[in-house]
Amino acid sequence: MPNRDRERTRIFTRRSVLLAGGQFALLSTLVGRLYYLQVVQADRYAMLADENRINLRLLPPPRGRIFDRMGEPLAINRLNYRVVLVSEQADSVEKTLDALGRIIPVSERDRARVLREIHRKRGFVPITVRENLDWSEVSRVEVNAPDLPGVMIDVGQTRDYPLGAVLGHVVGYVAPVSEKDLTGDPLLELPDFRIGKSGIEKVYDMALRGSAGNSQVEVNAYGRVIRELAREEGRPGDDLTLTIDAGLQRFVVDRLGEESASVVVLDVHTGEVMAMASNPAYDPNAFNRGLSSAEWKALVHNPRKPLTNKTIAGQYPPGSTFKMVVALAALEAGVVTPEHRVFCTGSIKLGDRVFHDWKRGGHGDVDMLTAIQQSCDIYFYDIAKRVGIDRIAAMARRFGLGAPTGIDLTGERGGLVPDRDWKLGRFGVSWQQGETLVVGIGQGYLLATPLQLAVMTARIANGGKAVVPRLLRGRDAPPAPAPESMGLSREALAAVAEGMNRVTNTRRGTAYRARIAEPELAMAGKTGTAQVRRISKSERLKGVIKNKDRPWEERDHALFVAFAPVRQPRYAVVAMVEHGGSGSRAAAPIARDVLRETERRDPSRRGGPDKVAGRAGDDEA
Amino acid sequence: MSALGFGEGARRLPIGQKLRQITWGLVLLIAATAGIGFAMLYSAANGSIDPWAWRQMLRFGIGLVVMCVIALIDIRIWLRYAYALYGVGLVLLIATEIMGVTGMGAQRWVDLWLIQIQPSEVMKIALVLALARYFHGLTPEETRRPVMLVAPALLVLTPAALVLRQPDLGTALLLMVVGGTLFFLAGVRLWLFGAAIAAAVAAVPIGWQFLRAYQKERVFTFLNPERDPLGAGYHILQSKIALGSGGLFGKGFLAGTQSHLNFLPEKQTDFIFTMLAEEFGLIGAVGLIGLYALILIYGIAISLRATSQFGRLVAMGLTTTFFVYAFINIAMVTGLIPVVGVPLPLVSYGGTALMTLMISFGILIGVYVHRDIPLPRRGAAGG
Repeated sequence: MPNRDRERTRIFTRRSVLLAGGQFALLSTLVGRLYYLQVVQADRYAMLADENRINLRLLPPPRGRIFDRMGEPLAINRLNYRVVLVSEQADSVEKTLDALGRIIPVSERDRARVLREIHRKRGFVPITVRENLDWSEVSRVEVNAPDLPGVMIDVGQTRDYPLGAVLGHVVGYVAPVSEKDLTGDPLLELPDFRIGKSGIEKVYDMALRGSAGNSQVEVNAYGRVIRELAREEGRPGDDLTLTIDAGLQRFVVDRLGEESASVVVLDVHTGEVMAMASNPAYDPNAFNRGLSSAEWKALVHNPRKPLTNKTIAGQYPPGSTFKMVVALAALEAGVVTPEHRVFCTGSIKLGDRVFHDWKRGGHGDVDMLTAIQQSCDIYFYDIAKRVGIDRIAAMARRFGLGAPTGIDLTGERGGLVPDRDWKLGRFGVSWQQGETLVVGIGQGYLLATPLQLAVMTARIANGGKAVVPRLLRGRDAPPAPAPESMGLSREALAAVAEGMNRVTNTRRGTAYRARIAEPELAMAGKTGTAQVRRISKSERLKGVIKNKDRPWEERDHALFVAFAPVRQPRYAVVAMVEHGGSGSRAAAPIARDVLRETERRDPSRRGGPDKVAGRAGDDEA
Repeated sequence: MSALGFGEGARRLPIGQKLRQITWGLVLLIAATAGIGFAMLYSAANGSIDPWAWRQMLRFGIGLVVMCVIALIDIRIWLRYAYALYGVGLVLLIATEIMGVTGMGAQRWVDLWLIQIQPSEVMKIALVLALARYFHGLTPEETRRPVMLVAPALLVLTPAALVLRQPDLGTALLLMVVGGTLFFLAGVRLWLFGAAIAAAVAAVPIGWQFLRAYQKERVFTFLNPERDPLGAGYHILQSKIALGSGGLFGKGFLAGTQSHLNFLPEKQTDFIFTMLAEEFGLIGAVGLIGLYALILIYGIAISLRATSQFGRLVAMGLTTTFFVYAFINIAMVTGLIPVVGVPLPLVSYGGTALMTLMISFGILIGVYVHRDIPLPRRGAAGG
């Protein structure tokens, strides 16, 4: 038995040693594994650990502000006080919302939205209950804070347009980023981020946007921020100064009242747009806030198209305002001189077609200046026929018609200047001489935007320099190159300008009633009445129906182009009233009032208040 | 002392003498390891003694007393009641099957009057005692006869099958490993192990069908942890990140980012080793493994010093149980083996496991205290 026990002990001891050896080998494996993880792969895992815990948060830069030429703010960032709810700090979300609702108004919609979001988001994520609180609401919430667990006031920034609808089409608006705006810039994916969607806000969006800063925060496995590790401030967006004079702009919008109309005021030497109005307009603040579908429908379905900037996107036949271009084409081509005379009987025949003058019975014997003064159609039929469509079209293009002016706004349209090639390409039919006659009085296929007409007028007024319209001014804008001469003869330009002077400043001029009486402010201009529909032969036989007897949509567009002062032209104005009737009656008085106000506000007339405004008159060059 | 033989004096060692025989070095190692556990539980609660550290200390204190008391229990008592204890364990396991409380998705707990006990914990000790008693009673020749191994095989497989049904794959495997270890130490011939392993491999495809979905998932995840980094593989990936980023010297006490920012799951229980390794680096991790190795050495030494086959087998069986726990837990959190819900002995938070462990150590020390008491091969006491 002891023998057997000894054998048993021997076996046990031997096998114990084997077992212990195995166990220590396994423990060594663990040590080896730890060495591999903690020494060999330490760097890799340290990086992974940092990726885990360090979260890069973007700090949106404050958007650049926009000012008018006098420094008046047009687009600023306003503090937006929001009341937010952190659900994990509230005992009961419903009760807290009830309590909040007794202190400040909380709509049913907001309430339902909050309750919906609570379930989707983690408990520590603040959920916005209401935005844009006023001061009394903020203080009421703060005072009652002890009774509102989880409710906090949060301050963000929101875009504000102090002028509202007055400058809506020019400044444009910002709105939340939509799917198709995403470019991969992470800034765009921030939930509250807004980008320019229209106007200056859109064209100069990148400059206004600035660049994002970032904040490195440590987060836990659930994404809760524990602390900030590092912070890099972004670069705020650039402030912009526009050429617009907000005071003048307000005057223009007031003057337009209820009309569906457009007015542009240009500096004829620099192309600076002093005022640009399109009526009716919209309030850009509403877009930033978010439009209700009813508001949106009202804007879209309004027949007067408040969403369209008629100044750059409305295309109208220029009517008689085009006659200067026809005259210049004829003079430059050498087919006529200003002394060229035509006897106007009220109509002329071309083949079997009869072309009528706007005035029954005609204007009698007229030369070029008289023809402009009285807007004699027969005269322009005559010289248009002599010079031909291609040379008229070429001259129109030199004056900026038929192509976008390149103004720094979105949605500009180019109008249309027809010629032989265009018609052949468009309709496959060759040009008819009768069509040249129609273009000679600014009708037919011819289309122009009010801004193009303003540029055309400015180029006549400044002595034939190819000035280009612009909206950006001051330090941030590249210096405007001095406009190049268009190479037109002085005499021809002088003759046309004198014709325009006679329109307003002589008794038989079509806009004599709308003249500016003060000689030093006096303006020169040209009326235009653009037919919306053809007048048929039978109507003409019955006598043309008066504009006021026709439905609004069928009435003529009223146009007036002008510049002032006559002796030393400085400003060009275009007034266009959609379906306003005759240019002399509907548009000329508006242009007159706007020009006089522009001149009245002219800083150089008041001893250089440019300096008063603290800005160098860098546009005077 | 062996001269005392079956003398009555040997049966009744005075209490004072027994206390002096307790291996205080081992007790110190156990306390040191538990102390590391307290520190990590304090850190896991972000530098607070609440809710884990103080409770664990309290339990450990009680456990220490229980351990010493058990160490004084005569080894002959264990021998005599080994089968009885095993029977109780088996009944409890069956009771769990019938009326067990479902906790953590598994029927592992049974309500016993005031306390809830885990029958599988009882079985971990009872199986070692029962097998030790069985092999104690065999001659080496008998041990070589395969027929004699049918009964002990049933002793192992019955509770293992019951535990597997709960389902608790980890404990079932542990019972089989410890059972196999005792077979090995008792002198069962090696080719039988070869045959058993071959049979087990052949049974894998059949056994696979009995695995629960989450157990299959764990195996898949082990085979390819990147398969689902936010799902089942997430824990192991985060654990490896914590370990690796700890580096050689660690991030410092209370400064483990992975654990304190909650990327690490169950950091107070199964993944507490990861937290230690993150905060104290390779130095701290190897330090703890060193403590485990020392405890292991003590256990092996005790078993080699014991004169009775029963004492040796019990000591080695319990030591191996301890080793298997430590190894499985660390191998799991370092991504060497699939995720098995096994706590780190003496360190992880949890009362039941700690108490089982302290009772085991009590028996182990008891083997040393009573190392020279000779036990008859047959008729030690009526089973």
